[in-house]
Amino acid sequence: MITALLVMAGIAVVLGALLGYASIRFKVKGDPLVDKIDAILPQTQCGQCGFAGCKPYAQAIARGEAEINQCPPGGEEGIRKLADLLGKEFKPLSAEHGTEKPKQVAVIDEALCIGCTLCAQACPVDAIVGAAKQMHTVVAPLCTGCELCVPPCPVDCIAMVPVPETVETWKWKYPVVQMKVVEHA
Amino acid sequence: MLATLFKFKGGVKPASHKDESTQTPIARAPLPPLLVVPLRQSAGGTPQPLVKPGQKVLKGERIGAPEENFSSAIHAPTSGTVRAIEPRMLPHPSGLSAPCVVLEADGEERWIERVPVNYAAASPDALRDLLRDSGIVGLGGAAFPSHIKLKPGAAGRIETLIINGAECEPWISCDDMLMRERAEGIVRGAAILRHIVSADRVLVGIEDNKPQAIAALRAAAPAAGIEVVPVPTRYPAGGEKQLIRVLTGIEIPYGRLGTEFGVQCFNVGTAYSAHRAIELGEPLISRIVTLTGNVERPGNVEVPIGTPIDGLLKLVSPKADTDRFIMGGPMMGFTLPRTDLPVTKAANCILAASPALFPPQAPEMPCIRCGACTRACPAELQPHEHYWFSRAKNFGKAQEYGIFDCIECGCCAYVCPSNIRLVDYYRFAKTSMRALEREKTASDAARQRFEFRNQREEREKAEKAARLAAKTAAARQAIAGAEKPAAAVPAPAQTAEESAPALPQLDEAKKALIAAAIARAQAQKEGVQPKNIDNLAPEKQAEIREIEARRAKVREIAKTPPEEPV
Repeated sequence: MITALLVMAGIAVVLGALLGYASIRFKVKGDPLVDKIDAILPQTQCGQCGFAGCKPYAQAIARGEAEINQCPPGGEEGIRKLADLLGKEFKPLSAEHGTEKPKQVAVIDEALCIGCTLCAQACPVDAIVGAAKQMHTVVAPLCTGCELCVPPCPVDCIAMVPVPETVETWKWKYPVVQMKVVEHA
Repeated sequence: MLATLFKFKGGVKPASHKDESTQTPIARAPLPPLLVVPLRQSAGGTPQPLVKPGQKVLKGERIGAPEENFSSAIHAPTSGTVRAIEPRMLPHPSGLSAPCVVLEADGEERWIERVPVNYAAASPDALRDLLRDSGIVGLGGAAFPSHIKLKPGAAGRIETLIINGAECEPWISCDDMLMRERAEGIVRGAAILRHIVSADRVLVGIEDNKPQAIAALRAAAPAAGIEVVPVPTRYPAGGEKQLIRVLTGIEIPYGRLGTEFGVQCFNVGTAYSAHRAIELGEPLISRIVTLTGNVERPGNVEVPIGTPIDGLLKLVSPKADTDRFIMGGPMMGFTLPRTDLPVTKAANCILAASPALFPPQAPEMPCIRCGACTRACPAELQPHEHYWFSRAKNFGKAQEYGIFDCIECGCCAYVCPSNIRLVDYYRFAKTSMRALEREKTASDAARQRFEFRNQREEREKAEKAARLAAKTAAARQAIAGAEKPAAAVPAPAQTAEESAPALPQLDEAKKALIAAAIARAQAQKEGVQPKNIDNLAPEKQAEIREIEARRAKVREIAKTPPEEPV
């Protein structure tokens, strides 16, 4: 009886020590879920979700403090992927955070630009070049279309232009075909 | 000598319909008054235009510079004046526009100075550059720059050079006619390509339904030691991987290049244009196009690049019931959105279609998983699986099953008993996946730039704080030193943290610091003198003097009670 108890207690101690050691030795640094969510987000860093960038929004989702439908640039596709990843129900995009738009790029009217550098400071991805009192311009391939440079401009010289489709970026449309109509007698 | 031939799996045998367009010799298309030359004609970026509107150009003059080493140059197909460089609609399934050089022909056909090169004395690198600058691209339909394909592979030398004259797609006969009429040029071009890669042997693969082409090349070949091999007629024997397999038995795995296995494959038209470029000094400015299908006088014509297709169609008179035009063949071609589009380097055939020749596709029925497509697939894929994955937009799974191995030959759709337009699904899936890939790359780059920016801002903030702290510490030190000259010299490098315990002393120091700052500000204020008053009227100057006097009085009052500022 005593032996059995001792054996069981011994096993419990050994296993407990093993588990305790493993929890320290194999501790996962950071939250892997945040990175997975962040990989789905479009990285426009536009802040439309109410957080200062995609990573903070991802962290908020991971903590359960934010809904998955607050990202207009990610659109419905993005919400679907987040729902899949987190095992949640799909929800339509929340209207208060904005609407899904086609991909845009900022264009500075260089004749109007006064060189105030406010847009360059607002750009989250450093896609605007130009020095004080010099003309600024947007490096189009780097622009994420977040619109953050538009409000700070004192002379309203920044326009958001939809990115045109080219032969290189064109996609075949999803085939829409006529199916055979089966008539029931 | 009888070469051992190998087989590729699958394939189909559609009616070839080649005799229609091989009855007459290759004709020369008349020079149109206006040519539209697209700047982007091959993979690897859009060449930059080298001409300006209004500029006069000669035939064969370079009008588009290759972008780095990845694309091929573009040349003026005739002499004339550049009218514009503007986006024009391309012969592309999208119907989108891209920059084109619009050239008005002067009808004189004045050539640039043509410099023939003795290839045997030239280095392979020089010849490759010459091919790039002559705009030589694959004329089989994909228009891939040839100089890139001629680079030696990772495995070293290309031992076998294959010249592709299979021309397996029905209706098209431009390579057939080229081989019949210009076999010598093809053989000479093949010799140049062989010299560049220093290959041991050259095999010309021709489908056995072209006996005249085989005879013509055999007659021209012995001089150069080039072997002509008839291959069984079976679509798509002219696919690059399929022809390599048939002739050498080598199977090239996904994502690898023929050069890694010591083989490389070029179209007969490419070999012929390489001969013209090197030995005659003529860049690629024309190609042979098959005009066939539902037309009165089908045939082949040599067409300057940039000729509008509707002008060409007048030569062959499409019949009244023609409902659409296909660029390329019936298996892999696409319906042209309009006919006023230019001929490009990739345009091998313009096929007039009528409901009688190409009946409208019967309605699609559900996939019954019969496996006919799998038996027909020459790339040894399982097309029905790809159909399911593409239809469900399950791209990851489609990639896992090797959708990028699909050559879009159309064999699966040809045999499908349910009339499913399988290739449309694969094209949708492939282009969508490429778009997703581009988006992923862009968002990863944006994330990196954003994180870098945040790091930079934090670093700048920290640096600024450190500078400020150092400045305050230095100021305190100076005051403490001035007030207690009798006391022992205070510790020289005393920072704010270190001096924290000496509270009363710090307060003293702080007070002194504030007093000093106030004194500085006051001195500055008093030092301010009215400016720009020299050229004013005397009464204005009097007014200013009065105001200044009032200010001085106020300052005096402010000085007398130093306590209670407000």
